[in-house]
Amino acid sequence: MIDFEPTPNDRKILDQVRREALVARSYARHYDENEHEFPPDELPQAKDFPNVFALFAGRGKDDTGMGLMSMLVSAGQTWGDYSVRMRRGKGGLGNAALRAAGTPPQQQKWGHLTLAMAITEPGCGSDPSMVQMSAVLDPATDEWVLNGEKIFVTTGCRAEGVVVWATLDKSAGRAGIKSFLVEKGTPGFVVAHKEKKLGIRADDTAAYVFRDCRIPRGNLLGGDESIPKQGSGGFRGVMKTFNMTRPAVAAIGLGIAQAALDFTREQLEQAGVSLEYGTGLHGLSAAAQKLLRLEALQEAAMLTVLRAAWLSDQGQRNNTESSIAKAKGGAAVREITQGCIEILGPMGVSRDFLLEKWFRDVRITDIYEGTGQIQRLIIARDVLGYSSSELR
Amino acid sequence: MISFGPTEEQEVVREAMREFAAKAIRPIARECDEKSELPEAFLQASFELGLTATQLPEAYGGGGEPRSPVTNAIVLEELAHGDATLALAAVTPSLFAFAIADLGTEEQKRSHLPAFCGSRPHVASLALMEPGPTFDVSSLRTLAEPKGDGYVLSGSKRFVPLGLRASHFLVLARGANGDSGLGAYVVPRDAQGLRVTGPEKSLGLRALGTASLELERVEVPAEARLGGAGAVDVRRLVNASRAALAAAMTGVARAVLEYAVPYAKDRVAFGEAIARKQTIAFTLADMRIETDAMRWLAWRAAADLEYGRDATRSAQQARGYTAEACMKIADDGVQVLGGHGYIREHPVEMWYRNARTLGVLEGAATL
Repeated sequence: MIDFEPTPNDRKILDQVRREALVARSYARHYDENEHEFPPDELPQAKDFPNVFALFAGRGKDDTGMGLMSMLVSAGQTWGDYSVRMRRGKGGLGNAALRAAGTPPQQQKWGHLTLAMAITEPGCGSDPSMVQMSAVLDPATDEWVLNGEKIFVTTGCRAEGVVVWATLDKSAGRAGIKSFLVEKGTPGFVVAHKEKKLGIRADDTAAYVFRDCRIPRGNLLGGDESIPKQGSGGFRGVMKTFNMTRPAVAAIGLGIAQAALDFTREQLEQAGVSLEYGTGLHGLSAAAQKLLRLEALQEAAMLTVLRAAWLSDQGQRNNTESSIAKAKGGAAVREITQGCIEILGPMGVSRDFLLEKWFRDVRITDIYEGTGQIQRLIIARDVLGYSSSELR
Repeated sequence: MISFGPTEEQEVVREAMREFAAKAIRPIARECDEKSELPEAFLQASFELGLTATQLPEAYGGGGEPRSPVTNAIVLEELAHGDATLALAAVTPSLFAFAIADLGTEEQKRSHLPAFCGSRPHVASLALMEPGPTFDVSSLRTLAEPKGDGYVLSGSKRFVPLGLRASHFLVLARGANGDSGLGAYVVPRDAQGLRVTGPEKSLGLRALGTASLELERVEVPAEARLGGAGAVDVRRLVNASRAALAAAMTGVARAVLEYAVPYAKDRVAFGEAIARKQTIAFTLADMRIETDAMRWLAWRAAADLEYGRDATRSAQQARGYTAEACMKIADDGVQVLGGHGYIREHPVEMWYRNARTLGVLEGAATL
């Protein structure tokens, strides 16, 4: 059955998320202007709010799927603020990687930790096969010795451990790349600094240095130390991590874009501008036409996100659709927040309001977890039936 | 519940329509366009699909299947993937029949619906668009003035699909003398004061046999007003037609993408297939992204209609967004094919014209 209306049970969750988001928003400016501080794991108001995750119990098969709901929840949270949460959930990107690539005992051992994921280096971003960080086995002690630098590590300061990508053999390209788990406190692993950014300033983005950092041999995720001659080895498995995180990143951006649209609509309505659907566009002001156009773009992008998540809920492959969601969402949120500022003018750029912050925060959406261009490459390969060597 | 899953029945319908589009629509589309003519045999073949009759109530000879805007959206995407002109021709009778079935009085249903459930195609049409710039559904110029027990209709209509073949028209008009609401009126082809001319000569959708109507004080009885004297929500008709158009434009966009892909893989420039150059590959990726977004917007509007929710916003968004996206995709399609995109040997130039024409149906919903 095709439908797009949340059930009453879905609504309960989304309404609660909205109430929490409104509280989170009241902290948004403070943590944006005070970059060195981290928002607390729990806001003081949390005692007045039942835990939203309790509402996830008692859902039936007629309620919306969990993967899809998680997209709506993410968007609902970032509608309040990118970083501030009533209660910060545990877990980071590294936990998703551990679930995708770790053996059952490894998942058992580290699953309870908040894990960051460190891929990007000063000299490599979208092409992870360029990873320079090295892992060398010391047979004498049965340890891996890690050396290299990682940047843009999300949740990097707060995390209790990290899944880090390193190469066993630079000449092997992607096939030589493996992921390793490194716990905080391991000698030779240093959190160098918190990154200074255009937006999402309250967010915890770290830079790491590994200098002769020794970890047990069993910390290689999946345990496979071989370097295949053909193909990409474990690389493909690691890339699977992104099939749900890509639509999630789009959802995060779209929550912010929705905040910008709602604020802009509210301001226009207060100024007496007619914004009604169903009246002819020729009778609307240019500002109203622009807003309605951006609202349609928001819906279009959100639907591609929900579709990718729905496929995953059905246990179907969603590789291409994840990239579609990410590419569409990343471009849409830029256009939407830029357009809202254009509509509101001086009010749009004033730091008395949050719109200028949303414009900065949302810009990362089209960059991290694979830029819009990388997503298009993935989509194009699927559309054309080309391999990664046929379309580079 | 939020779900993108068609029912099994909808899957079956989609397959059947896909097959019909590939066998009975695509192969004749170019010739129909060149001749600006719709073959009688096509009307018969599309009638046999039962697009109209199956969803009409059994009491009037129909199949009694529930009315499903979502199924119709799926059908229209597939048919329009074959050709938009022929797709619209195939569903034109249902524009009239479904309006009567959904909003008509018992008497209107009894007198009009059985004709659609016979063994021969029956054509009636919807007269919505009007000449003149800045046409908009919310500000129609055609007037329905009350006179005695009935109404007098005055105005002009354009782009009435299958207008020359239609036995009746459902004419949208605004009320006069304090009755400012939008109304729809059943006008027989031979009504006094009604002049039907055509086929109109258009940029695209050439085989749709569209007609112009001139209504010079056409008198109709009170029973001609859709739903009787009480106001019915004519906007529902407009919303339904917007959702349907959005689905049709999705089909056109997909046709362009699926035609451009093999061409780009085959066409060699500077030593390799042009598809292997990112500038072309990314254009194709964008076509795929947008085709998806278009379909979900069309489905969402259709779902609002199906479950009786107000579809004003979702239908306007679907119709506006898909019109722009379809035009862009058709435009890019021509560009990917280069000179061949401009030559009438390939269908892309026809899709380019059709995309622009589809985008103006119903006026300025373009966002």
